[in-house]
Amino acid sequence: MKVATKSYGLIEVDERQRISFPLGILGFEPVKEYILLDAERQPFYWLQALDVEQVAFILINPFLFRPDYELDINDEELQDIGLSGPEKALIFSVVTIPSDGGPMTANLQGPLIINRETRSGKQAVLTDPRWKTKHDIMSELATARKGPC
Amino acid sequence: MLILSRRLNEKVMIGDDISISIIEIRGDQVRIGVDAPKTVKVFRQEVFDAIKAENKAAAESKPVFPELDFGATRDPDAL
Repeated sequence: MKVATKSYGLIEVDERQRISFPLGILGFEPVKEYILLDAERQPFYWLQALDVEQVAFILINPFLFRPDYELDINDEELQDIGLSGPEKALIFSVVTIPSDGGPMTANLQGPLIINRETRSGKQAVLTDPRWKTKHDIMSELATARKGPC
Repeated sequence: MLILSRRLNEKVMIGDDISISIIEIRGDQVRIGVDAPKTVKVFRQEVFDAIKAENKAAAESKPVFPELDFGATRDPDAL
């Protein structure tokens, strides 16, 4: 199917790239249907709203720069997207790249959890005080690589 | 909105299994204890507001990706 994207114009995507967020994403609740795309540069992805060209989020796998990342989410909450356990889950953090040249940050407090089988996702809200909305990816990556593997 | 006055150590019950206690009152700050089943999500409003604000900022991100050296190839488990 053809999808109008914020960064790449009109492109052809596979139906399997489609992800539904039945509860929406905080602040964008009316937008439920998205497409997950590889960005032009690894390891980033785009989560592009299907019918709203201007709504698109940059995603990253948070474990790449925070190997110690933990998500404490109860089973009832996972059932919102049909997950019975963590095995079938994909976890992404939403990335902010400020236009004022500030550091690129990832939101570890509000991760996106996707059921890779049903392609249904939701934004979780973590209560662990270690996880904030702005983690400086570059500096945490440097810390992670210095630490023990 | 239902407005109730409570003294220190008094409680408010919501339904059968949620109770709110006033633990401490100090100046303009009140410490509240929430006893609720695990299925009920209890968050500070600011947490939701912060995530909402961050999502808005993220949606306005500059789509220019810096080069990152992760020392490994991309996660094979990702889609």
